[in-house]
Amino acid sequence: MPDVPMKATPEAATLKATQPAVPVPVDEQPDSGPAPGKPRSLWSDAWHDLRRKPSFLISAGLILLFLTIAAFPGLFTDASPRDGDLTQFYLQQPQLTHFFSPEWLGYDAQGRSIYARIIHGTRASIIIGLTVTAIVFVLGSLVGMLAGYFGGWVDTVLSRVVDTFMGIPFLLGAMVILVSFDVRGPMVISLALAVLGWTTIARVMRGSVIQVKQADYVQAARSLGAGTTRILMRHILPNAIAPVIVVAMIALGGYISAEATLSYLGIGLADPAVSWGGDINFGKDSIRVASHVLIFPSIMLSATILAFLMMGDAVRDALDPKLR
Amino acid sequence: MSDRTERPTADEPNATTGTTGPVETTSSGAVRIDKSAEAPADRDTPLLEVRDLQVEFRTREGVARAVNGVNYSVNAGETLAVLGESGSGKSVTAQAIMGILDTPPGHIAGGEIRFRGEDLLTLSEDKRRAIRGDRIAMIFQDALSSLNPVLSVGYQLGEMFRVHRGASRREARERAVDLMERVRIPAARERVNDYPHQFSGGMRQRIMIAMALALEPDLIIADEPTTALDVTVQAQVMELLAELQREFHMGLILITHDLGVVADVADRIAVMYAGRIVETAPVKELYAAPAHPYTKGLLESIPRLDHKGKELYAIQGLPPSLTALPSGCSFHPRCPLSTERSTTERPPLHPVLDASEAPVAGRGSACHYWKETLHG
Repeated sequence: MPDVPMKATPEAATLKATQPAVPVPVDEQPDSGPAPGKPRSLWSDAWHDLRRKPSFLISAGLILLFLTIAAFPGLFTDASPRDGDLTQFYLQQPQLTHFFSPEWLGYDAQGRSIYARIIHGTRASIIIGLTVTAIVFVLGSLVGMLAGYFGGWVDTVLSRVVDTFMGIPFLLGAMVILVSFDVRGPMVISLALAVLGWTTIARVMRGSVIQVKQADYVQAARSLGAGTTRILMRHILPNAIAPVIVVAMIALGGYISAEATLSYLGIGLADPAVSWGGDINFGKDSIRVASHVLIFPSIMLSATILAFLMMGDAVRDALDPKLR
Repeated sequence: MSDRTERPTADEPNATTGTTGPVETTSSGAVRIDKSAEAPADRDTPLLEVRDLQVEFRTREGVARAVNGVNYSVNAGETLAVLGESGSGKSVTAQAIMGILDTPPGHIAGGEIRFRGEDLLTLSEDKRRAIRGDRIAMIFQDALSSLNPVLSVGYQLGEMFRVHRGASRREARERAVDLMERVRIPAARERVNDYPHQFSGGMRQRIMIAMALALEPDLIIADEPTTALDVTVQAQVMELLAELQREFHMGLILITHDLGVVADVADRIAVMYAGRIVETAPVKELYAAPAHPYTKGLLESIPRLDHKGKELYAIQGLPPSLTALPSGCSFHPRCPLSTERSTTERPPLHPVLDASEAPVAGRGSACHYWKETLHG
């Protein structure tokens, strides 16, 4: 002990003044490290990377646009998606120079504005996509975390439940569930998809937790007296969540497409609800004379799914530097 | 040595007995709140006493007996170095003491771990958790992997106060800054929100030490605290650790395979081989005259200046498989002194006697031929 006596009393520990005289060895001066200033967490690092990624910027822009359309369709069109005038607009071709006007993307076989319909159809897709993802994320993460962390019989039981649900074909299962409902609103469809979709997340989470729980810092936290809840919430979850976020984002696109598929088949959303899947179904009947009825909802659907897939990819790259 | 005869294992001098280190009185003047007032903690009771500890791992190849009846103890203010190669059971013993053994596959097959006279193995998990980190803390080998990458070091340091003391977020942050200053991290206040990867290796190990010290524990177990550091930083970190230990009058168990690290800081050494303590001695005496062929082999395999140009000694053979330990003395297949007796009869920890046939305080050797080793 050099010249600075430090007392072992608890009070001394709080006294910063006893400190500064001790010189710090030269080779241990503050590391070159990152620029002075902001501490860099994993998330801020990821954000830093993402901001420079074209694929992220494009997908984020698209998603933002779709979210705005879903929330405020009135900003984009005044036309009602349900008003049809067969005498005037039966299968009228698009007027591609009339931007944002009801006749821009043409009319369908009931004289309804396609532009108004795809704008108003956004909400159903986005709501269902987000709701399913939220349910799946919470349920799957919880099950996966418990199975992965506790192992043993907890894992055995939960994993068998996961396997059982995984064995049910996704769309077929959703159809079977949905036909038993008379009224199929967005919530019913979301629940049907979530019940069948949470298993992927649970598996990813379980694997991730098993990997993280062997990390030294988890054992270190335990040896410093942290309890199970704290270890799970503070040490394991934040480190295990990244792959789950990526899978959930990519899955979101899948849920939107599943909703469209169900609506196309006539067991999802039905008139008077506006949905891209329903419109695609409607458009297939006139595909040879008026392909625009089919094409524009399809473009919207694909663009939305693509945006979420791209976002998922970009986020994965940012969160897992090893993949680069 | 007075209490030795009262022990059930009276035939073996316990690694515990000799307090040879500089006599540590309570001269540090530290006012310590004795948290274990309810436990009998008179001066004869060592701070931590491991008695006949046995740890097994069930593996596919059979039961691996990682720890086979280890006895050692540490007094307050004393540094015990546990020396041994990989797989000798030194870290597993530490994990058993901390109660962080991976179970399954590991389990404690027998023995006692007495902390201030109270057997930790019989305590409830809640009680153990209250002791862990608070009264007994651990420093891990690799500070980078032992710190959570997604939490700032300030948060992780403060967590100690929040878990054990119920401190508020702000209070915990303040204590974290104090701790960082104690372990001499420059610009602690500015760096408290930094993340582990923003620190150098030596600084990270300092943070680990700060975490272990946070609640001023009675005992610190340092599992190879300097192995991951380069040599100059190693010395600084060891110095800091030794200094803080003296200051807080803590017991320190230093687990290492580095004979150089031990020499400067330890009071006593316990050498482990194949899950057993094969020799225990005060540091100076062990270096001057080892009483077990394994220790002797270890010391001879250190490169030395006066042996320049000569071939370096190496202990022949490999450490035994823990699933199939050799009969008798576990070291016999590699031992130059091994005889028929070594292969059949397991040597107990013999007290080591000096020239006048009086037992040397705190010395023991688990070799039938300790006398020959000592004098040869």
